[in-house]
Amino acid sequence: MDKKTNRLYRIFIYVALLTLAISIIVPVVWVFLASIKQDSEFYGSPWTMPLGMHLQNFADAFEKANMGEYFLNSVIATGLGLIILLVVALPAAYVLARFKFKGKKIINLGFMSGLFINVNYIVVPIFLMLLSWDKGVSQIIGQRIFLNNIFVLAVIYAATALPFTIYLLTSYFRTLPKAYEEAAYMDGSGYFRTMVKIMIPMAKPSIITVILFNFLSFWNEYIIALTLMPGTSKTLPVGLINLMQSQKAAASYGSMYAGLVIVMLPTLILYIMVQKKLTQGMTLGGLKD
Amino acid sequence: MNNRKQERRFVWLCLAPAILLFTIFMVFPTLNVFRMSLLKWGGLSANQEFVGFNNFLILFKDMNFIRSCQNTILIIVLVAIITLIFAVVFAAILTREKVKGENFFRIIFYIPNVLSVVVISSIFSAIYDPSNGLLNSIIGLFKPENWEGIKFLGDQSIVIYAIIGTMIWQAIGYYMVMYMASMSSIPEHLYESASLDGANKIQQFFKITLPLIWGNIRTTLTFYIISSINLSFLFVKVMTGGGPDGASEVFLSYLYRQAYDNATYGYGMAIGAIVFIFSFALSAIVNHITLRDDMEF
Repeated sequence: MDKKTNRLYRIFIYVALLTLAISIIVPVVWVFLASIKQDSEFYGSPWTMPLGMHLQNFADAFEKANMGEYFLNSVIATGLGLIILLVVALPAAYVLARFKFKGKKIINLGFMSGLFINVNYIVVPIFLMLLSWDKGVSQIIGQRIFLNNIFVLAVIYAATALPFTIYLLTSYFRTLPKAYEEAAYMDGSGYFRTMVKIMIPMAKPSIITVILFNFLSFWNEYIIALTLMPGTSKTLPVGLINLMQSQKAAASYGSMYAGLVIVMLPTLILYIMVQKKLTQGMTLGGLKD
Repeated sequence: MNNRKQERRFVWLCLAPAILLFTIFMVFPTLNVFRMSLLKWGGLSANQEFVGFNNFLILFKDMNFIRSCQNTILIIVLVAIITLIFAVVFAAILTREKVKGENFFRIIFYIPNVLSVVVISSIFSAIYDPSNGLLNSIIGLFKPENWEGIKFLGDQSIVIYAIIGTMIWQAIGYYMVMYMASMSSIPEHLYESASLDGANKIQQFFKITLPLIWGNIRTTLTFYIISSINLSFLFVKVMTGGGPDGASEVFLSYLYRQAYDNATYGYGMAIGAIVFIFSFALSAIVNHITLRDDMEF
């Protein structure tokens, strides 16, 4: 290529890269700026800079719009979901990767086909199932315990994340050398002890990947939360939808954008901290909901 | 032999919780989708009547369902093609060219993927806002004074493209990172010998890069199909609720409306069964027609 076309080519590359980068940065930064604007600043051009730091928006979102309670709910659902997921998936993945036993093929096949089941299809049957359990239970103890329960939500998050997590962990356990386990058995260590003390710590890189991906999907999830928690207690994304609808009517845009910032800030911070790990981990698993 | 027994007990103890949770919350509900699709079930009354394939017969005459079909297929096709082109080109630029700030661009491009669909939907509602949205204010610069903003989400013929735009914005970075991973594993000497033979960058892209990541592209085509069906539902639910007047209804949003809002569970689940089969069949077809002789390096 001669020099002139080469230079044009370089310019084209940078224009393309910058255009996409700007189209992503501008809306995100705009939300941050909008979250500190006063409501009166939303009339007229959307491109004006905020006149001052109107942090009252955040106080409004937390107090009046209940975002504080929703935040706590999201923390519980996400944290508990992750713990249940790891406690259940790690032993299963380890056993599937390391032991020979009858029925292994069928179980593997079952979990693999689970990769193709998406929660969006089955959220209504799950809702109906919990509803009928509630009917049964309320006749016995006079109380409904399955719907509107943040702990049940966490269990369902964990259950729906199982196929992908087991798939990812199993393929990692398979790559670990067998010598460690053999040495542990020689020393008289039992199966359980060997798994917990030796093998699970060695799987740390894949566990971190699992935590990262599932943190994002649990924290951002809203359709299960919307369906299974129809009461006043909500998670953050569902609360945000409510806030959007009610604030638009009341034209208090400021606290709506403050709510947006509250939802996305934790994921952005986590992402900036671990971005390398996340984009690497993706090529290792390579699946998405 | 005792050891053998112990081992078996350990194996099943480890598997039991996972199998239990998986069966209760994934296998049963999935089977229920198909079972309930054969029922006439009016929701609040516990009256379940077996009607065979009647729900499906009604479905094929339901114009709203047919519209949701058309919308979904349009979304799958456009999102897959446009995202694929952008993602491959940007991945090629970032892996093949010595770009300043390569890391910066990679980090920025992936950001939409860590945001909640709810967050993205709210951002784009602000962008698409007819009176003082970001997009209209930019278009307004080139238009006469008293020009009225485009109602991106309020116009029946535009709304679906507005949603497609949002989905592409969200997806490019994710697929780009995937293509980058497989591109960076292509050995450098292939490009070196090609450029010695006088192949320019465009030729190198079509003769080396594209054939060698073809396997990866095929895998992602399945992802495009499945994730478009799912994500279109999530975006539609928050951004338009299927409106205006059903113009942006997609498969799963129509399912959700029928089953959850109208409480016609059997009918809703018939949609679910069809979408299930549709997504599998489409993935299989696409997988088959994109089959090429694998190239190895």
